[in-house]
Amino acid sequence: MKARFLVPLGVFLVLVVLLGVGLTLDPRDVPSVLIDKKASEFSLRDLFDPDKTVDSASMKGKVWLVNVWGTWCPECWREHEFLLYLAKQERVPIVGIDWRDDDAEAKKFLQEKGNPFIAVGVDPQSDAVMDLGVYGAPETFLIDKQGVIRKKHKGAMTLQVWRDEFKPLIEKLEKS
Amino acid sequence: MRRLAWLVLLLFPLLAMARVEIHQFDDPAKEARYKRLIEELRCLVCQNQNLADSNAELAQDMRRITYEMVARGESDEKVIAFMVERYGEFVLYRPPFQTSTAMLWIGPFIILGVAVLLLLLFIRRRAKEKAQSLTAEDHLRARQLLDDQQT
Repeated sequence: MKARFLVPLGVFLVLVVLLGVGLTLDPRDVPSVLIDKKASEFSLRDLFDPDKTVDSASMKGKVWLVNVWGTWCPECWREHEFLLYLAKQERVPIVGIDWRDDDAEAKKFLQEKGNPFIAVGVDPQSDAVMDLGVYGAPETFLIDKQGVIRKKHKGAMTLQVWRDEFKPLIEKLEKS
Repeated sequence: MRRLAWLVLLLFPLLAMARVEIHQFDDPAKEARYKRLIEELRCLVCQNQNLADSNAELAQDMRRITYEMVARGESDEKVIAFMVERYGEFVLYRPPFQTSTAMLWIGPFIILGVAVLLLLLFIRRRAKEKAQSLTAEDHLRARQLLDDQQT
């Protein structure tokens, strides 16, 4: 009979466990469906030369990164230094997609802080961004020699993410 | 006069809700399809809103794509497939029934079933406990109490 009074306590404990697990999950983290799928081709206007385009097709045969950014995105400012390191020290080709941004602002940003990108395409209407399934900035994609998306990182790229997830994979892909 | 002023004041928040962009359709059927689609698709930025309600810039662009596809005469399935290919089934406000979403769909019914079962058990157990008849002593006490009341 006494056990009956333990029922609410049991229910409470179960709730605590469930809610506790819930706290560790990130509801904003939507798993990408595009990993190991061919990246759709993009052809975007060049930020620095409106007559030229930045094409994903020109990267065929290379292992490269796509970085989606914008000067309106604070995390992109934070990430910028690390992208410069990647470009200079690690010599990774990074193509930037400047998402829904002001051209002049973006140019000023890169001129002042340094430009880690081999090319920057502008995407004012989210065309390429939607094809890549991007819903926030920054996002970084790793694309292999065949143009297949191998990895995606949401949020600012950090040394740890780079070392643990990207670098080993890039080394493997370079050899294949 | 005061009342009118209040009325006008209360209407203001509604103005702020007005949609930013306007899409023109040549065919009311297409417009209806567009409206239904943006109700069914989720905004990835503010995840508890659909495309119709969201003012996020990405939602504006997703509405634009939806509009363009519908205006071109593409089927609803095509538009939905386009979004799912890029953003996964998460983009659907009404997820399809499959193994990964089975609990989502039948979970509430399981809980309802368990609750009804418990209720029935409880009622049956209560029914078995017979109401005890009153003893002569009880009658006497009741009588006394009632008499006290009257005086």
